[in-house]
Amino acid sequence: MADTSVLAPSPGVPRAAINTGAGLWSSSLVVAGRMVRKFVRTPQLIVFTAIQSALFLLMFRFAFGGAIGTGGSLSYVNFLVPGFITTTVLWAGMGAATGVAEDVEHGFVDRLQSLPIPRAAVLIGRSLADTALIVWALAIAAIFGFAVGFRLQGSVSGAVAAFGLCVVFGFAFEWVFIVLGLVGGNAQAAQQMGLMITPLVFLSSAYVPVRSMPGGVRQFSENQPLTPMVDAVRGLATGAGGKALLEHSTGYYIGLSLVWAAAIFAVFGLLAVVRFTRRQ
Amino acid sequence: MIPILEARGLTKRFGKTQALAGLDLVARPGRVVALLGPNGAGKTTFVRAVATLLRPDAGTLHVDGIDALQKPAKVRQVIGLAGQFAAVEEAMTGRENLQMVGRLFGLGRKEAKAAAVRVLDQMQLAADADRLVRTYSGGMRRRIDLGISLVGTPRLLLLDEPTTGLDPGSRIQLWEAIRGLVATGTDILLTTQYLDEADRLASDIVIIDHGKVIAAGTPAELKTRAGDDMIEVHVRDADDLPAVSGVLAKIGHDPRIDVPQRRAYVAVDDGSSRLMEVLRVLDQQGVTVEDVSLRRPTLDEVFLALTGKPAQTTDSPRQPAGA
Repeated sequence: MADTSVLAPSPGVPRAAINTGAGLWSSSLVVAGRMVRKFVRTPQLIVFTAIQSALFLLMFRFAFGGAIGTGGSLSYVNFLVPGFITTTVLWAGMGAATGVAEDVEHGFVDRLQSLPIPRAAVLIGRSLADTALIVWALAIAAIFGFAVGFRLQGSVSGAVAAFGLCVVFGFAFEWVFIVLGLVGGNAQAAQQMGLMITPLVFLSSAYVPVRSMPGGVRQFSENQPLTPMVDAVRGLATGAGGKALLEHSTGYYIGLSLVWAAAIFAVFGLLAVVRFTRRQ
Repeated sequence: MIPILEARGLTKRFGKTQALAGLDLVARPGRVVALLGPNGAGKTTFVRAVATLLRPDAGTLHVDGIDALQKPAKVRQVIGLAGQFAAVEEAMTGRENLQMVGRLFGLGRKEAKAAAVRVLDQMQLAADADRLVRTYSGGMRRRIDLGISLVGTPRLLLLDEPTTGLDPGSRIQLWEAIRGLVATGTDILLTTQYLDEADRLASDIVIIDHGKVIAAGTPAELKTRAGDDMIEVHVRDADDLPAVSGVLAKIGHDPRIDVPQRRAYVAVDDGSSRLMEVLRVLDQQGVTVEDVSLRRPTLDEVFLALTGKPAQTTDSPRQPAGA
């Protein structure tokens, strides 16, 4: 230790830099880049997500489907697939809760927060990357949908709009999962909390017509955010047969679902940023 | 000269736990400071406060002259942090990890690449630069983690228990890497539970317990206060211990007896010459000695010497995050 007790900075070595740090946008992109690489290089994630999604669809299409009436001229497969694709945003987004909790647990968040970047960039980057993953999951879900017999009855532009709506919903719900990940403390707890969305998925118009549900359950289903989202996507994708099942015009459901998405994003985005940027 | 780190009366409470209880610490530039203390002493809490990851309840904290409580964002421009976990992305290569953090530090693409090359050389990881981190050994992970904190060429590098959980070989490699940094003039604050680690790396050691500094000085100064070397005598028959203790009392100060382990030990100033003396006298008295050793004082013994009470160990964590 004698050689370390008196130190003189040696010449030629980069030292004592002041790092101004990357701006909000570029640091968000760098953080997002990390997430995308992680996903692409972990094949288990991709394969497992796809298999889970396929099993789910097959179960409803071929096991339960025969017993579920749509209450109109629309066939069950054409009723089911738009609902299935919409709920994919929740199944795919749920991983964010675990991912965020892991990053907190393993010190990755500490590292990012000790860097000279806007702290919100860590969250924005994550939500951007996870939204990209949701786009991927939606594409897979749509391919599966066509494979089990779904046929588009609305216009192509309507289908594109439906897909776009799903991405918007996915982005909004993403912030719910980010908050759960931050609050959860560890990956397992966060995963359990994420699974609490299951009732939201099943008590909606995604898999069965809300009209078939008994009083209280039906009231919940009609007034929760996922139902207008599913109805909007269904209205856009299924043409006259689907529209006949809806009380209001497709435009009404699009508007209502976007209001919901905006509200979810506003509330949970704020919660996430407050929780994340506040020093204990 | 502006201190690289200056903490005055820092306090921090988590619920019922007083993690920092009026901590004072001044580190001059050009020094490597080791924060030494048992689990729950407040080491990690202090490092997190310096890294602006948590806000102290009271007190003042300056890093390189910048007020860390008023201008945390400015502090982040001059520090590097390597925490207790190797916070690296496993699905990326070592080089990609370094470039990513370089970009976050605000370097351009080319600069980030150059910085990654420099750090890979510094950490002797150039040969493994393009392998995914998930294929790295524990020691390599720690080195790439240390490297990441260097991409921004920080003025103050914070290392929280850098070698915890490493095998002895990897530990020595990491020590070498850290000593290399010292030679290039990076100021370092590191925390450790190991006296030998502090001894090998630091120019100043600050011993903390219960969130307070209980002693500070160069390793030599502290060890003089604890006794330079320890002579330890193991006997076959525990009944001989009082006699051994009597002999030890003549050559050192305040010998201790450990009956269950059948040993007695004492701190002495000049170990090697005293060792012969102890053996000669014990032989004359007819005490059967099983083993005699000359060794450095342990952290426990330094604590004992400095505080008069044994160090609290892992049995009584006083802080939530095992800090």
